Amino acid sequence: MAENILTPEEIIKRGELVFKKTKLMTDANLSYCPGCGHGVAHRITMEVIEELGLEEKTIGIAPVGCSVLAYEFMNVDMQEAAHGRAPAVATGIKRVYPDKTVFTYQGDGDLAAIGTAETLHACNRGENITIIFINNGIYGMTGGQMAPTTLPGMKSSTSPYGRDIEMMGHPLKITELIAMLPGTAYVTRQAVHKPALVRKAKKAIKKAFELQQENKGTTFVEIVSNCNSGWKMTPVESNEWLDKNMLEYYPLGDIKG
Amino acid sequence: MEEIKLMKGNEAVAEAAIRAGVDAYFGYPITPQSEIIEYLMTEEPYKRTGMVVLQAESELAAINMVYGAAACGKKVMTSSSSPGLSLKQEGLSYIAGSELPCLIVDVVRGGPGLGTIQPSQADYFQMVKGGGHGDYKLIVLAPSTVQEMADFVELGFELAFKYRNPALILSDGVIGQMMEKVVLPPQKERLTDEEVDKLYGSWATTGKKKGRERNIITSLELKPERQEAHNHHLQNKYKKIAENEIRFETFNCEDAEYLLVAYGSSARICQKTVQLAREKGIKAGLLRPITLWPYPSKAINKLADQVKGILAVEMSAGQMVEDVKLAVNGKVKVEHYGRFGGMVHSPDEVLEALETKIIGG
Repeated sequence: MAENILTPEEIIKRGELVFKKTKLMTDANLSYCPGCGHGVAHRITMEVIEELGLEEKTIGIAPVGCSVLAYEFMNVDMQEAAHGRAPAVATGIKRVYPDKTVFTYQGDGDLAAIGTAETLHACNRGENITIIFINNGIYGMTGGQMAPTTLPGMKSSTSPYGRDIEMMGHPLKITELIAMLPGTAYVTRQAVHKPALVRKAKKAIKKAFELQQENKGTTFVEIVSNCNSGWKMTPVESNEWLDKNMLEYYPLGDIKG
Repeated sequence: MEEIKLMKGNEAVAEAAIRAGVDAYFGYPITPQSEIIEYLMTEEPYKRTGMVVLQAESELAAINMVYGAAACGKKVMTSSSSPGLSLKQEGLSYIAGSELPCLIVDVVRGGPGLGTIQPSQADYFQMVKGGGHGDYKLIVLAPSTVQEMADFVELGFELAFKYRNPALILSDGVIGQMMEKVVLPPQKERLTDEEVDKLYGSWATTGKKKGRERNIITSLELKPERQEAHNHHLQNKYKKIAENEIRFETFNCEDAEYLLVAYGSSARICQKTVQLAREKGIKAGLLRPITLWPYPSKAINKLADQVKGILAVEMSAGQMVEDVKLAVNGKVKVEHYGRFGGMVHSPDEVLEALETKIIGG
């Protein structure tokens, strides 16, 4: 088997190269489960940074959650924040470096549960940062517990009989909340489980980083994603389930700007 | 230009920070230290030196703003009082684990819980012994005058950058609130990125310039062997700090038969006690630790060969006394005395405690 795998150099030599990985993604093996949307979200974020020529002035912040090791994959200067604190960390960076490009990459537990205060206040101050928010409705890294964004009736290891709204409260539409704050310049919800949606999401991320260069305020891109492992589905099933259920509660499109 | 002013300890810290060329201060109001952020906001140092001042939404946010800015190689500080420091402990552990230089000021008030806004020294355990998770140390400086509140800003940053380690000024409500004459240092320029690189090495996240690898600031290492190695590295650094940075002063110790050990405002009170004791013919002396970590254990151990007994005086139910006992290692009697919960002991009360607990005890 192994000897049949072509090296990238051999592929280029044959003239069959149809896709090239951005140099702003490292060669480290992604720690994400096969089928997970994180890899695509990482790639398009870093492609945008490369295309906008921001490589030398970008500082990224990894969260706690599945993307805790984002700094292993994103080939720019990176900081690893405590759980939920990435927007505060980003504030600290941006305030001493107003001319650098600063972004956080956070999951739903990090951004919308433990880090709600940091998220709301950074956005409300209108910090000139970009927040990439991956919403897969579950705590993936710790083994599939209920998240603030878990849908009603959705099963997780801490809502094994389905999320009971009476007992566990409602899923939090934090992106709509964020859009209400005067400090935000651009708030949008995207997805990456279909090629057309990936292209749209990348456009949104590009717009977010462009607005940051113009000091317009906080830019916020939610990406509704899947968690096939945590949802206990195959990758295909999880994408179908996302399409049918997640997008109904979390509709795609620009909310502000 | 050097300047002489009458100032509160809290104001002295703030003015000294501007003059030290600090790049950013992130804070959250809490009594008895709110004058620090109030002074900074009033002085508008962003106009004087370009220094950033920002009121955060919480102590948690403030310490994490410090994390972000300190990871850029900037001179960054925050301040709070005891309940606020409890909240900052998470961030401090991350900052220590990621080896970020920065300065924290704790103007201690009485606890536990919401406690009181009156002075206390009951944060010794949480600030000197850790408080956050993991094996780490803060360099802890204990000022006993308003002058030292100002001086320790520069010293704190010097040590923090020298060792890439957070430094802390452990003050209390007395030193923070009282007014004294203070000699303020001349204004220092803020450092440029190039100067920081040259002085301290290019470890900071400043944007990945061509010709250098990307910089990553993290305290995470999932492989236990590597996390252990990182911990060994930290412990070796702490050993070096302990060998080189112990600071203390002695007062009337040459012929002392009884020793008081006290820091901060308690040390001020104990100076008077030593004087009162000597007037009564009791040969008392005082050792004042200036660094609480690293602790002047050897100096105390040496004095234990000379004196008949030691009284550790602190505004707590007995915290630093544990370090005195460890230093003395059973050579002589060690007792604790102190008012706490926001009460401040008088020199007479300390003298009485010395007479009953040590001399007569």
